Amino acid sequence: MAAVQTSISVSAHKVQRPRPLFARLMSDYGQECVIIAAILLLFVAVGLYNPRFLSASNLNTIFAGNAYIAVAAIGMSMVIITGHIDVSIGALIGVLATISGTLAVSGYPVWMAWGAPILLGMAANFVVGWLVAYARIPSIVVTLGMMSILRGGLISVTGGTWISGLPKAFMIAQWKPFGLPFPIIAMVVLTLIAAWWMRNFPFGRSLYAVGGNPEAAKATGLSSERRVLAVFVIHGAFAGIATILFATQLQVIQSTVPPNLELTVITAAVIGGVSILGGSGTVIGSTLAAILFAAIGSALIFVNVSAYWLRAVIGGLILITVLADMIRRRPKT
Amino acid sequence: MRMLLRHETILALVAVVLLVALAFQSSQFFTGANLLNQGRLMTEVGLVAIIMTFVIITGGIDLSVGSILGLTAILTGVFWQNLGLPLAAAAGLAIAVGTFCGFVNGFVITRFGVPPLIATLATLALYRGLAEGISQARSVRGYPDWFYVLGQGNLFGVPTQLWILIVFAILASVLLATTRIGRSIYAIGANEVAAFFSGLPVNRTKIAVYTASGFAAALAGVIFVSRVSTTRSDMGTGLELDAITAVVLGGTSIYGGRGSVIGTLIGLVVIQSLKNGLSLAGIKAEGTAVLIGLMLIGAILMTTALNRRRA
Repeated sequence: MAAVQTSISVSAHKVQRPRPLFARLMSDYGQECVIIAAILLLFVAVGLYNPRFLSASNLNTIFAGNAYIAVAAIGMSMVIITGHIDVSIGALIGVLATISGTLAVSGYPVWMAWGAPILLGMAANFVVGWLVAYARIPSIVVTLGMMSILRGGLISVTGGTWISGLPKAFMIAQWKPFGLPFPIIAMVVLTLIAAWWMRNFPFGRSLYAVGGNPEAAKATGLSSERRVLAVFVIHGAFAGIATILFATQLQVIQSTVPPNLELTVITAAVIGGVSILGGSGTVIGSTLAAILFAAIGSALIFVNVSAYWLRAVIGGLILITVLADMIRRRPKT
Repeated sequence: MRMLLRHETILALVAVVLLVALAFQSSQFFTGANLLNQGRLMTEVGLVAIIMTFVIITGGIDLSVGSILGLTAILTGVFWQNLGLPLAAAAGLAIAVGTFCGFVNGFVITRFGVPPLIATLATLALYRGLAEGISQARSVRGYPDWFYVLGQGNLFGVPTQLWILIVFAILASVLLATTRIGRSIYAIGANEVAAFFSGLPVNRTKIAVYTASGFAAALAGVIFVSRVSTTRSDMGTGLELDAITAVVLGGTSIYGGRGSVIGTLIGLVVIQSLKNGLSLAGIKAEGTAVLIGLMLIGAILMTTALNRRRA
């Protein structure tokens, strides 16, 4: 039995009761299982077509190179689960990366260059969260405005220049403790902690209540304002960590907003099973979905499809997933 | 209703003060040539923003307009150059596709009950992706001269597309303010369930509104191509933000049920004159993006504060 548990524990972090194992997995982590199957299918199919797809360097690019998207998607999932959205995440990561890189090259200690994006991300999203929760402005409007402010501000301050000459100690994404790239470790650990917190802690669980039925949550005495504000601040912290992984993977940082990043992050959350109506989903799913995307993007190149089609594929995927989500929910409600 | 008028009056006053201030600040601002040119630049956002007013009044939102604009622009070029269609037919067909894109939005939103925000976020990616995939980053140039009349020419001394915007605006205001369709749009936004049980064709009206939004974006796409003489797949990126800002600044409630075309037009004028004034003052386009973002949030803060006081 112990052997079975360890082999399963890779995909499902906590499986204690042995009896209805498969049923439990499918009911609690159905979407996650589907995505794992899709990832495996993709790897096998593309690997057969072009074995170089499975080369170590390509796998490293897929997993380590996109870990920051998965980390950002953790926070995004929480935001969407509480029934909100954030389209400013791409712009925020762009701004934070520039600040972090600038600190690093200006000779500030490395911990400051790492700490700044996390603190500033939390501060920026505190403002967003306050406007959403207490001033009651729809999150789409606040974050659209925020996106414009951050993006415009970044370009007008920096002019989109490249930051180079980053100190060696700063490059945390290039660390390889235990032979594993640091971004992968960060992605897995953060995902598991967040999933555990959301499943087993009152505050984490209450997020589902707030997103699933705000009226009922209020009636049972949960303050949805405080939770929404808290979720945005947590989301800001994850954005900061994602920024560090993103900013330290290459020798240079371009001080612009990474194109379409917000869309990729939102898509990962939605495809990972976070319901667009709020109230359900897990961050394990969003991380798996982020990996699936990265694999699709890479696979397109290996099967000789122009990368220009990537966004159409992603857009089509979101649409299909969302429609499936709506159809699945229809008979119940 | 009085509240609505007051918001628009305040905004109109702001617009007038702004125009006067800009006129004093730069001698180039208040010249006929500059103002007409600003009208030219305003048309594409204007067409989209007018129908966006309808969409937001029904309680929805359409984020895919910028992508529909880009897709239409690309298709105009591709249909004309690669399929060898006459340019007028190519543009017409591209507009038809853009309109269909809007219909798809409406269909997904009404038949499947997908929230408009998510549905159009998905199609934002999908339509832009199609534009990128079809164009493969190639641009199409060298259109016949007559085509540029639309985007660069004048009719009776006024930019051609400004006439289109004026006609579009008048039709839209009349439709929204005086017809049964207009009233049902307000009714749906104010209380969709009540509208449904009063026998209004809720789904059909919403599909029509999103289809119209697609049409407006597509028309804007063709005008855009004619104005800049080339097609690129990134055309219209961020257009949705400009349009939504104009609508919200114009006093239309983001929660639906309230708003007007005239407010949106005043909002447009405020934004465009700010952009123009700032660029004359030597501030780059990115700087104005910051201001637009601040204005968007500020405008909503103001209206929600006003509404709360009334309540």
